[in-house]
Amino acid sequence: MTAAVSLQGVSRHFGIIKAMDEVNLEIASGEFFAMLGPSGSGKTTCLRVIAGFEQPTHGHIEIFGENATGVPPYRRNVNTVFQDYALFPHLNVLDNVAYSLMLKKAPRAERHKAAEAALDMVKLAGYGTRRPSELSGGQRQRVALARALVNRPKVLLLDEPLGALDLKLRESMQEELKSLQKALGITFIFVTHDQGEALSMADRVAVFSGGRVMQVGTPEEIYSKPNSRFVADFVGSSNILNPDQVSTLTGERRWGSLRSEAVRLAPEAGSALAGTVTTKNYLGATTRLGIDIGGGSIHALVPSGQELPDIGARTGVAFERSALHLMETEQ
Amino acid sequence: MTTTALAITERRPGLLGWLSDQFWRHPGMFVLLLLTPPLLWLGIVYIGSLLALLFQSFFAIDEFSGIVDYSTLTLKSYAELLRPANLDIIVRTVVMSALVTLASAVIAFPIAYMAARYVRGKWKALFYLGIMLPLWSSYLVKIYAWKLILAKEGILTWVFESLHIGFVLDGILAIPVIGGNSLSVSYIGTFLVFVYVWMPFMILPIQASLERVPVNLIDASSDLGATPQQTFRKVIFPLALPGIIAGSIFTFSLTLGDYIIPQIIGSSRLFIGQAVYAQQGTAGNIPLAAAFTVVPIVIMGLYLWMAKRQGAFDAL
Repeated sequence: MTAAVSLQGVSRHFGIIKAMDEVNLEIASGEFFAMLGPSGSGKTTCLRVIAGFEQPTHGHIEIFGENATGVPPYRRNVNTVFQDYALFPHLNVLDNVAYSLMLKKAPRAERHKAAEAALDMVKLAGYGTRRPSELSGGQRQRVALARALVNRPKVLLLDEPLGALDLKLRESMQEELKSLQKALGITFIFVTHDQGEALSMADRVAVFSGGRVMQVGTPEEIYSKPNSRFVADFVGSSNILNPDQVSTLTGERRWGSLRSEAVRLAPEAGSALAGTVTTKNYLGATTRLGIDIGGGSIHALVPSGQELPDIGARTGVAFERSALHLMETEQ
Repeated sequence: MTTTALAITERRPGLLGWLSDQFWRHPGMFVLLLLTPPLLWLGIVYIGSLLALLFQSFFAIDEFSGIVDYSTLTLKSYAELLRPANLDIIVRTVVMSALVTLASAVIAFPIAYMAARYVRGKWKALFYLGIMLPLWSSYLVKIYAWKLILAKEGILTWVFESLHIGFVLDGILAIPVIGGNSLSVSYIGTFLVFVYVWMPFMILPIQASLERVPVNLIDASSDLGATPQQTFRKVIFPLALPGIIAGSIFTFSLTLGDYIIPQIIGSSRLFIGQAVYAQQGTAGNIPLAAAFTVVPIVIMGLYLWMAKRQGAFDAL
């Protein structure tokens, strides 16, 4: 099967800045794909290259097997939901949604019908005559989504789609995006800096850093088997153990990662690792303890209700050997 | 350590200190203070004199004695405007203003677009300098300079002759009505100088309005399938329209009222400004001059009303 989007050695340089550096990605048709990374990691540039707003400096792009290098955005059957929605302020909601159909010279009644249906799909039926300025952030987001989907694109790109929404709205929108994607069967590619969002929504995640793709995999793989210190550190709250520490535990001199929730408190005597409690953050369901083990600190997520040592007290640390993941790279 | 900081500090001494506190407590007072002088100026000096002018136009001059009759209100001066000779002046001025506005908009738009989209940092400063620089020199000097450029023995003729395409210039000058003996005594010349002189007033508002169009709207349009031409028609132009209208108000009204450019560069056929000048000066017919002055005001009013109806200000 041909990939929905295929990037082969794509680089995008802005002067001396390598916003994208030799990126290779294969995104399958019908996949919900996340591009995750901190700001400046190249994920948004990657999205803009797929949309066609940026030309790659080197490399080759294919969309459903067709060459997209040098093809302008208006000839790509790929639509984008912009971070700040980019709704046209001089058009009402219905005309915003019907914009792409108007360009195709669809008859007025037909395009209004399609736009109404798209608005209905995002639960904004009846909002057609309003101006974008009269809508709330969440509603604008839905209009942007309806506008991008009305044309049934082959690929939908979403740039930080939930970034500007408050927590409650974000959670319900995550659900909605997922079910929408399932119902339509369109390939969704979204950019986010929020690992929780990427892990909960995506079928597969690509982790970006410094213009490069560090790791691609299912949320499970990314979370439990990070291939580098960067991924371990960025995706969730992982403890990173240096080769010295790992070698005392396993005999192998490799970098290791250890999930905080896998760490248990144990009596100091008999524990392989021990240290002094330095921080204590109550998080509701759990409490996060910072334990200085000398040469680095370890975080432990302790379920609420358990008795906790005071700050400054010494404690041992225990975990299952299988929870310690050894990383392949030196980075 | 013996001194302890107070939670609330003393009021600053003097009247200014007292005033700052008062303004903070009553922000409305501050606004009132800021608004009063301009409102007085606008209300009394500007609107007042405009009304006085309007009032003047309802008197008429006695044709035999040449004295203005202040005892009766009449529409005679307005009837006078409809005489063919005067109507000619009005039509000529309005057509010229419309053409100058159109040409200014067409020339200014790409310049403004470039400045708003592609020029950054010190190049932008240079752009503003380039646009504003002509405004630093005297208006009269510029117009006389243009007379030298456009005159029969002027620079333009010399350029055309040197390139052996003098026949092109002759051909243009041979066009009836807008042509003439030389560019400096033709409508074409008047038109060129108007366009040159008012250009900054068109470029700057358009540039300001384009500056406010977010780049991602253009990306979004293109993303949704619009060719650059469609994006221009459906997104950029409608959003820049308030700027174009603002610019055209300048060029249109400035051309409607100007009496110096057509005096120096052009044929002897009068424009409204020259008619006002002649009527209130040599002819001493203040009522007719006032009636002539009302014409641009009415035209501008109609123009703005039409622009509003067309939705030119919807994007504001």
